[in-house]
Amino acid sequence: MKPAAFIYHDPKTSKEVIELLSKYEDAKILAGGQSLMPMLNMRFVVPDHVIDINGVKELDSVFDNGSSLEIGAMTRQSNLSKSQDVKTKTPIFLEALGNVGHFQTRNRGTIGGSLCHLDPAAEIPCLMAAYDAVMIAEGPNGLREIPFSEWPLTYMIPSLEPDELLIKVRVPYWNSHHGYSFVEFARRHGDFAIIAVAVLIEMDGKTISRASISVGGADIRPIRLFEAEEVLKGENLDVRVFKSAAEIARKVDAMSDAYVTSSYRQRLAATLVERALVQAAERVSRGEN
Amino acid sequence: MPDYRNINVVVNGVKHELDVETRTSLGDFLRQEIKLTGTHLGCEHGVCGACTVLLDGEAVRSCLMLAVQANGHEITTVEGLAEEDGSLHPLQEAFWKHHGLQCGFCTPGMLTSLAAYLGDNPEPNERDLREAISGNICRCTGYQSIVDAALDAAKKMRGE
Amino acid sequence: MGVRYIGAEVQRMEDPKLITGHGRYVDDIVFDGMLHAAFLRSSQAHAKIHSIDASKASALSGVKRVFTLADLGPNYERRMNQLYPAPVIEQNKTQYPLAKDEVCYVGEAIAVVVADSRAIAEDALALIVVDYETLPAVIDVRTALEDGAQLAHSDATSNLMGKMRSKFGDIKDAFSKADHVFSAGFMQHRGGCHSMETRGVIARDDPWGDGLTLWTSAQSPYLIRRALANWLGEPEERIRVIAPDVGGGFGPKAGFYPEEIVIPLVARIMECPVKWIEDRQEHFISTTTQRDQYWDLEVACASDGKILGLKGKVTHENGAYIPYGILLPNSSLTPLPGAYSIPAIDVGLDIVFTNTVPNSPVRGAGRPCGIYAVERMVQVVSRRLGIDPAIVRRRNFVRPEQMPYETGAKLRGGDPVIYDSGDYEALLDKALELSDYNSFKARQTEARKEGRYLGIGISSCIEDTGMGPYEGTTVRVEASGKIVVKTGAASQGQGHHTMISMIVAENLGVTPEDIIFESADTGKFPHGIGAIGSRIAANVAPSAFDAASKVREKALKLAAEILETAEADLDIEAGIVRVNGAPDVSISLGELAIKLTPPSSTRVPKGFDPILEATSFEGSSGSPIASGTNVAEVEVDIGTGEVKVLRYSVAHDCGVMINPTIVHGQIVGGVVHGIGNALFERMIYDDQGQPLTMNYGEYLLPLASEMPRIDVAHIETPSPLNSLGVKGAGEGGTIPAAAAIIAAIENALEEFSVEIDYYPVDPQYLTGLLEASVAS
Ligand SMILES: Cc1cc2nc3c(=O)[nH]c(=O)nc-3n(C[C@@H](O)[C@H](O)[C@H](O)COP(=O)(O)OP(=O)(O)OC[C@H]3O[C@@H](n4cnc5c(N)ncnc54)[C@H](O)[C@@H]3O)c2cc1C
Ligand code: FES
Ligand code: FES
Repeated sequence: MKPAAFIYHDPKTSKEVIELLSKYEDAKILAGGQSLMPMLNMRFVVPDHVIDINGVKELDSVFDNGSSLEIGAMTRQSNLSKSQDVKTKTPIFLEALGNVGHFQTRNRGTIGGSLCHLDPAAEIPCLMAAYDAVMIAEGPNGLREIPFSEWPLTYMIPSLEPDELLIKVRVPYWNSHHGYSFVEFARRHGDFAIIAVAVLIEMDGKTISRASISVGGADIRPIRLFEAEEVLKGENLDVRVFKSAAEIARKVDAMSDAYVTSSYRQRLAATLVERALVQAAERVSRGEN
Repeated sequence: MPDYRNINVVVNGVKHELDVETRTSLGDFLRQEIKLTGTHLGCEHGVCGACTVLLDGEAVRSCLMLAVQANGHEITTVEGLAEEDGSLHPLQEAFWKHHGLQCGFCTPGMLTSLAAYLGDNPEPNERDLREAISGNICRCTGYQSIVDAALDAAKKMRGE
Repeated sequence: MGVRYIGAEVQRMEDPKLITGHGRYVDDIVFDGMLHAAFLRSSQAHAKIHSIDASKASALSGVKRVFTLADLGPNYERRMNQLYPAPVIEQNKTQYPLAKDEVCYVGEAIAVVVADSRAIAEDALALIVVDYETLPAVIDVRTALEDGAQLAHSDATSNLMGKMRSKFGDIKDAFSKADHVFSAGFMQHRGGCHSMETRGVIARDDPWGDGLTLWTSAQSPYLIRRALANWLGEPEERIRVIAPDVGGGFGPKAGFYPEEIVIPLVARIMECPVKWIEDRQEHFISTTTQRDQYWDLEVACASDGKILGLKGKVTHENGAYIPYGILLPNSSLTPLPGAYSIPAIDVGLDIVFTNTVPNSPVRGAGRPCGIYAVERMVQVVSRRLGIDPAIVRRRNFVRPEQMPYETGAKLRGGDPVIYDSGDYEALLDKALELSDYNSFKARQTEARKEGRYLGIGISSCIEDTGMGPYEGTTVRVEASGKIVVKTGAASQGQGHHTMISMIVAENLGVTPEDIIFESADTGKFPHGIGAIGSRIAANVAPSAFDAASKVREKALKLAAEILETAEADLDIEAGIVRVNGAPDVSISLGELAIKLTPPSSTRVPKGFDPILEATSFEGSSGSPIASGTNVAEVEVDIGTGEVKVLRYSVAHDCGVMINPTIVHGQIVGGVVHGIGNALFERMIYDDQGQPLTMNYGEYLLPLASEMPRIDVAHIETPSPLNSLGVKGAGEGGTIPAAAAIIAAIENALEEFSVEIDYYPVDPQYLTGLLEASVAS
């Protein structure tokens, strides 16, 4: 399990990265390496060129622009968990990141790497779907903004041109006392989830004014349950309403593979959506956030 | 046409400057070039944790890093945990005392991972520790003695 | 007597090097000029090979040579030998060291590349072109014996490797007298070895010097030496096999593998040392494993739960070849009737070829399956009759006063299975106490109010340990006063160094630190059997005890002459023989050793053989039977089907414990392996024979985060079969675990009356059962 030979590049700026990407046909970007390196070791991926972006310091940043959080692509998952802005403004990230692999993999693994690898069950893409985050890519023609809903083209393929680099994501804040919950079901701690669910809710007095539910792992990309979100709007924090949202989740489009059937995925989606809503409701009523 | 790079790394306090083939993993580099075979490769795909080393003090998988990426960094391996005079790290002492190892193959990764973890989390409970080592597979011990050792070492490291 | 070590919690002697990174595993060994090998393995489950074109690979810079079977030499186009011939084997299929013209599983070795580095060798693998003609594969063992089934080997008459049967008592009578007959069918899957160190071999041939030397990550170096010598047709003495530090074995490293033929031959041809280290992907497809067993059983019982007979049929998936005889299927049947006195048993077993990785035992071998089957039927009786499972057990246990109790079953060598000692009900009581069994109902009811489903399950077991014929030990005092202890017994982490040193130190009046320990090297000790079947302690410990006793006697006899006193007045302490009551009259063991190895032109004291040394092969006079009861408490999340093991209690009896710390480690590690079997580990193939679970994200080994704390209590019933009263402890944690967990799950889901018919139980399967139950 040794990688095939490649030419290694270690650019220092995103501009240099893009030049290299434009120049070489068969090049692969190396971020945290926590997904790419196993594939190189197993020779599932055999690129001629590896472009290591760990030296591109401009990509490693977490910035609060007042209305949203801008996370550089090379921000390590462990560093994001340490950010004060995350703690106060997007606390759901902490809950989700604790499930992304193990602390050793989070020390290397990056936000951008996870978003480009785009495993259907990965936590970070599921969060971005919930937030309608904006992906910002840079290419030879400059910057391009891509709403997360358009980011996954198909199974594990992001909407990036071969000469483009993801440089950051913009995560718009929800109001300062929103409710949130991230729950997932994996066989073992740190495994990719079978199903992951992210829930955000905002209240207007006693009624839900805004809700976002995203489900990872069911389909080839994280999906939003818009219909269930509509059902919640204008309702009180009532378990019966949560159950109807869960019933909508049970009908989610779900894939089957060698290990897990679509109907089990749907069952999990329903179970977890209900649990996440209950927890988000508890938090919002306790004013925890 | 193998691709080589000259790199500078400090391993367990010792400076090394040498040429490496760029496809060489940090784990293979440490074992074969620096001849520190304490770092073990159990899976080479990032799951077993046996290969864990400290990169500038943080626990990372050495099978998922290229040696070139360590250029300019400091690495600590299991061989670097004990003091220079040979006195053992509290975790090493505790692993010995609590029978925290059987075959010893996972042990280097357990020790390095826990050394970093306890540095950041000096007062873990059993649950925390079980989660902390969930990225390190041990086929022999059933983990219990490792958890006991880590609890004991944490106590010692807190000066209790 | 000096300091007592036997029974003390001595810290292990092997640890200082292992915790500081100074272990010496195969891959840590390096020789000048050493080349690196990588194997090309079949990508097909079943195919004819028409040709292999290695020209591009051979031309790659850094590649020294590519070998196919023909390139090994004309004498070597032969299949490997059967390690354990047995009359049961009707079709003896062993593989060629490198495939000849047919491959029968994904992973079968076809060619080997030898290169300057492993990376280059792997580069070359990608350039070898194999012209395969795909043949139909047989994967599902349930249909493999049907008429017209595809054949796993194109020249086989059927997929039946052989049949065996365990039959005793009057089964007809048992079933005709029974108040009730219940039946159950279930599948048991046990996965792979997954020692954290993979396999690996280095070979060096020095025809004018040391001969052929192998360093291999193995449990049975002597078996490898013999098998290799036999196959090559060369004397054993010219082959040395060394198992250095080994990073776990668990059964599959006890065999003899194609790589252990190919690497030595290649090293010989290339005239330089060659190293091959199995990578984790290879481990999944080339290291032997356990697979599926389908059981269909009927139990005859009285209305009070007393079991009268057990009959049925087992289909055992063997994989593509039989490298390791029938040890695995055989040990699936020998544990019947478990811890119970069941007068009649008749269970037949078909051993069936499939196009998957060949079988060998994995921790516990077939015993976990046999015990699972018995415990399953006890569970069935208990549930159908509505009698507490603890009570059903009490009504059926073999009682201490019945011992020695001959079950009627036969061990592999044909000896009767005899339960030598133990108190199974006392173990049950202890386990129930540890688990707060009596207050469980209250816990369960309380949890149910919160919508949580708790369940408890019991499993009792016996384990035939310590199979013979022997392991040996040599104890020698050297001039420095250090004690050299040598044995054939190889360790893969069980702590033999410590255990044996404790015994010798206690007997000889030295400290364990005075001991220089050598093992698992055929060049250092003449013969050994291997670390399998929880056999080491029960065999090597008596031999170490005996050898040390003989050295002690010899030392005392000589010292008595020199010090002019009676032997009875002497004692050894800290390596010094002293006269009781006259502390300054003494002589050290080292000095005595020198007397027996004198310089030239001096004499060895009269009446003494040279060298202060003794060797013993004393072992056990039969198989000591270890026993235990486990109690698992689980919570089932009915929303997701997840099973959490909340609590796990073990009462275990492995006779006298030499080092309780080590025993404890064996039990806890074994239980976790068993929980892995019950809930997590599954090697999946598709219907074409392609393995799917090929990494540790998909093949689920138990992690710390999901494992419970395990409470262990011991009862020590000394075995009468050896001088120390010991029984084996290496597998006793694994054997009963699955049955306890699964009984607990059923108990948690009592109101849905689900019946579990396979393991590993995954959450999807459980929710399926729940849905079916709700629907009906
Ligand atoms: C044991 C283990 C457990 C894990 N468990 C989980 C889990 O539970 N959940 C989870 O989500 N992940 C999990 N992962 C994967 C996670 O750790 C990775 O961090 C993540 O999938 C990829 O991030 P990375 O920075 O390591 O990217 P890399 O592996 O370096 O790259 C991944 C892919 O993205 C591309 N890429 C990276 N950055 C960019 C960029 N800026 N622009 C364009 N393309 C780019 C690369 O070319 C590559 O194709 C696990 C990994 C391991 C080893
Ligand atoms: S060898 Fe690196 S995680 Fe297993
Ligand atoms: S001690 Fe053997 S793998 Fe952990």
